[in-house]
Amino acid sequence: MFTTFFFWYCALVILGCGLLAISLRNPVHSVLSVLVLFFHLAGLYLLLQAEFLAAVQVIVYAGAILVLYLFVLFLINLKEELKLDAFVPGVKLGRGIAVGLFVLLLWALPSFTAGQHGQWTSKLIEENGHVQTLGLEIFTQYLLPFEIAGVILLMALIGGLVLAAKIDRPADNKTASVPEASGQQMEKHP
Amino acid sequence: MISLHWYMGLAAALFCIGVCGFLTRRNFIMMLLSAELMLNAVNLNLVAMSHYLESLRGQAFTFFIITVAAAEAAVGLGIAIALYQHRRNVHTDSFTELKG
Repeated sequence: MFTTFFFWYCALVILGCGLLAISLRNPVHSVLSVLVLFFHLAGLYLLLQAEFLAAVQVIVYAGAILVLYLFVLFLINLKEELKLDAFVPGVKLGRGIAVGLFVLLLWALPSFTAGQHGQWTSKLIEENGHVQTLGLEIFTQYLLPFEIAGVILLMALIGGLVLAAKIDRPADNKTASVPEASGQQMEKHP
Repeated sequence: MISLHWYMGLAAALFCIGVCGFLTRRNFIMMLLSAELMLNAVNLNLVAMSHYLESLRGQAFTFFIITVAAAEAAVGLGIAIALYQHRRNVHTDSFTELKG
């Protein structure tokens, strides 16, 4: 009974926050509603007996990734600057594509048949603890993907540093009002 | 007990919300955030299937997806900052046209 209620609460909050996130005009408000969404997704993970993933969701997604988004939002003025051309010509067409995809997915959903059951029953996970069982799975069966994930993180670190480094343009330095840029300029032309 | 299909339906709805945001928003960071929503929908699907099929394979995948999403956010936001600096350098004159 409680699990049913909790599932519907989390589902409603997730859908509401998702809709708010893509419809709010202010990007900071969108990021904050996505934060609420991630917390409730962690609640669903708890319901699905994945405590470690719930903790990772809160720490990595809500704690690290969204804070990174907020930092970048505060760093740059988004409203006027970072506009791209949309992929589809109109807003209505984009909404139509999304609704069509949703209907297609819901139509295909009843034909889903479950595959073979594995060995980790919920009772076994409860006895051993979720962290231990998931660690056993990752460090035995998925050792090579684990190392590759480490390499991907290293690539992201280097790529982020290279991309965010200041592009040196001596001709444009006079008009740049970024604090680091003016500092560099003063060092060059004392 | 909630059946697996409700989880999959919720994940499908979240994924389509992400698709809608990705297609309709023109803000670069909001497009990245919509991509995060889609990744989370896939994560929810994988964790639910992993629970109901009594296998940990989906949860291990979710772990790696979270890693890749962190890398994607770092690189995407680096691109956003580089794009911002580039446009600011190129279109310096357009600063006078901004409406307050």
